[in-house]
Amino acid sequence: MKMTGAEIIVRLLEQKGIEKVAGIPGAANLHLYHALKESKIKHVLARHEQGAGFMAQGMARTTGRAGVCFTTSGPGATNLLTAIADAKLDSVPIVAITGQVASAAIGTDAFQEIDTYGLTVPITKHNFLVRKPEELLTIIPEAFHIAESGRPGPVVIDIPKDVQQQSCTFEAWPVFKEPGKGRPVTTNEVREIALRINEADRPVILAGGGVNTEESAALIIKLAETNNIPVTYTMRGIGCISPNHRLSLGMIGMHGTRYANALIEEADLLIALGARFDDRATGVSSNFCQNSEIIHIDIDASEINKIKKADYSLNASAEDVLREIIPFIQVNKREQWIDRFSELKSEMPYVSAPEEGEDIFHPLNIIKSVAHHVPEDSIISTDVGQHQMWVAQVWPFKNPRTFISSSGLGTMGFGVPAAIGAALANPRKKVVCFSGDGSILMNIQELVTMSENNLNITVLVFNNQSLGLVRQHQELFFSKNYMATQFEAKPDFPAIARAFGISGMDLTTSANPLDDLMNALEHPGPVLVNVPINTSEKVLPMVRPGAPNKDMIY
Amino acid sequence: MTIPLKEEFTLSIYSENHVGLLNQITTVFTRRHINIESLTTSESAISGIHKFTVVVFATADNIEKLAKQIEKRIDVLKVFVFRADEIIHQEIALYKVSTGSLLGGNEIEMLVRQYGARILEITPEYTVIEKTGHKNETQELFEKLEPYGVSQFVRSGRIAITKNKKELLETYLKKLETDEVQLN
Repeated sequence: MKMTGAEIIVRLLEQKGIEKVAGIPGAANLHLYHALKESKIKHVLARHEQGAGFMAQGMARTTGRAGVCFTTSGPGATNLLTAIADAKLDSVPIVAITGQVASAAIGTDAFQEIDTYGLTVPITKHNFLVRKPEELLTIIPEAFHIAESGRPGPVVIDIPKDVQQQSCTFEAWPVFKEPGKGRPVTTNEVREIALRINEADRPVILAGGGVNTEESAALIIKLAETNNIPVTYTMRGIGCISPNHRLSLGMIGMHGTRYANALIEEADLLIALGARFDDRATGVSSNFCQNSEIIHIDIDASEINKIKKADYSLNASAEDVLREIIPFIQVNKREQWIDRFSELKSEMPYVSAPEEGEDIFHPLNIIKSVAHHVPEDSIISTDVGQHQMWVAQVWPFKNPRTFISSSGLGTMGFGVPAAIGAALANPRKKVVCFSGDGSILMNIQELVTMSENNLNITVLVFNNQSLGLVRQHQELFFSKNYMATQFEAKPDFPAIARAFGISGMDLTTSANPLDDLMNALEHPGPVLVNVPINTSEKVLPMVRPGAPNKDMIY
Repeated sequence: MTIPLKEEFTLSIYSENHVGLLNQITTVFTRRHINIESLTTSESAISGIHKFTVVVFATADNIEKLAKQIEKRIDVLKVFVFRADEIIHQEIALYKVSTGSLLGGNEIEMLVRQYGARILEITPEYTVIEKTGHKNETQELFEKLEPYGVSQFVRSGRIAITKNKKELLETYLKKLETDEVQLN
């Protein structure tokens, strides 16, 4: 066979089963775009490369398979960096294919030349600079394999213009390997862990992003129910157990439930599954679970003992360990421990919202109303800020991969493009994007992408005319000095939406706001709804940054 | 709380030989603000596999985490961490003195004998002396030579060999072949 580099890339993406890619063409990837013309892969034109990166993330986060984005060299690549770093911190598999100036021009400060390889070393799982078209035959399957294997992550493939253009001959297509699942666990290892669990008096499970898959979630529930172990989760673990399950403690950490943060400190055994003890989850890590033994199961060896010293650890896939361990787990009622859990739960009610009907614009009530109205398998994306925390606190997530949110990097501007990616990968599902009047402006240009593709997305802008979560920190910890957090100009978001070609609605001026909101959710195609929120609303309870989790402000 | 003591560690890092690998490795140090005291890199005894020898001061706890983070890079095969008593190590130093000062008296010649150094090259203008040893030894000779005028002094990074009888990497590579390769 004889093909150009660009044709090889497109054919390999097809063989990998990629149906949609997001991107923006430019001088250094024109050959790639030219080859895409002959392909059945659908290209979604983003309006900023960061948007394209988050669209790839939206596809990956909802399916578990690598999302793909294309950008050109120079500013195309630098604009993408935030989305790549975001994918790294949240272990999201994306493959970013960036154009590069022609090989001969590399290192000459050529037009739109930037050292994409060098820039992306610290923020990718791995990266490649391709030097010959035939290398693509090994690099592209390898890139997908790395992105999806073990602890997933972003991979960048930087491809000079001439490599895309040149032809090469080759004998056969490469084979895409199945993603690696880590080393197999031995029965002895599993027995020892099972023994610790069976012997513990007060165990708690901490579930992280590493178990946020359907298979793992089912296994966690099985383990928890068999042995009556309360389960708490990090933000990346949301969806692994329903918050309404009798053993669910809800989310842990800075804005988690008070009873999760309290009960975990009374535990004698913490079972951390695919969680990395991030500071937003543990508060002051040295004070976290000081008196309990810790079992840490993680597929990434470098996470074990990184923040908390584990008494028992297994460097393996949590799903595999769970499957192997369950037969060794004894049935146990744990009445005393479960009573203590119930006691704390009634002593420390979680978030208090006014009764529904009293204040429909209370953010928690709006979220609950929306949750009542949309199908259970809807996908919820959020931006970053108060609205994100409120959704994490009260949305009844029952299924893995239905809550997509920038957790580790906390990138404002994530919500809209990630919702687009989610809608592209799940055309039959309802997608709701919760955003804020601060966050939405950070990638508002992607409303036009939403419009062009007529995606079934409802964007709810929680408008409190401020950078709410930062304002909240100023109120509580910076003597109410609201420096730079209150917006002076008040953009008309529904008008902006209409200007981009999507429906816009404002609940501020609505006679029947709840009815209008429900109509907006049922409207097929993209809608933006402006939801007025009282500026003084805070996300509570809260752990003061730098304080131990047990000292919550509520 | 007592602050854990920093110690000297020597890291042997084995990797593929790709463009940009040094950057991949050093970025792990940079991000954690750990200063590299010495760095040597060249092809290892196994063809196609590169070896980096890095000397750092760090706490035992930090060095373990650092090693795991380096090992996580896809192109890195294995990282071994050694304390000073687990390795034999050596550095090389070159000193340039004027030939006049060498011929002016026998002090320099005495120093060369005393320190087990050797003369590499003599020209009418300058003489190059070579000494191998630990850093404190090459430094001491430099201080002794300085009164006679040292116009240039360079020192290499550390190279190290383990006291362990077996070649650790080979054992590791054999293990890799039997295990299924895992990509974290």
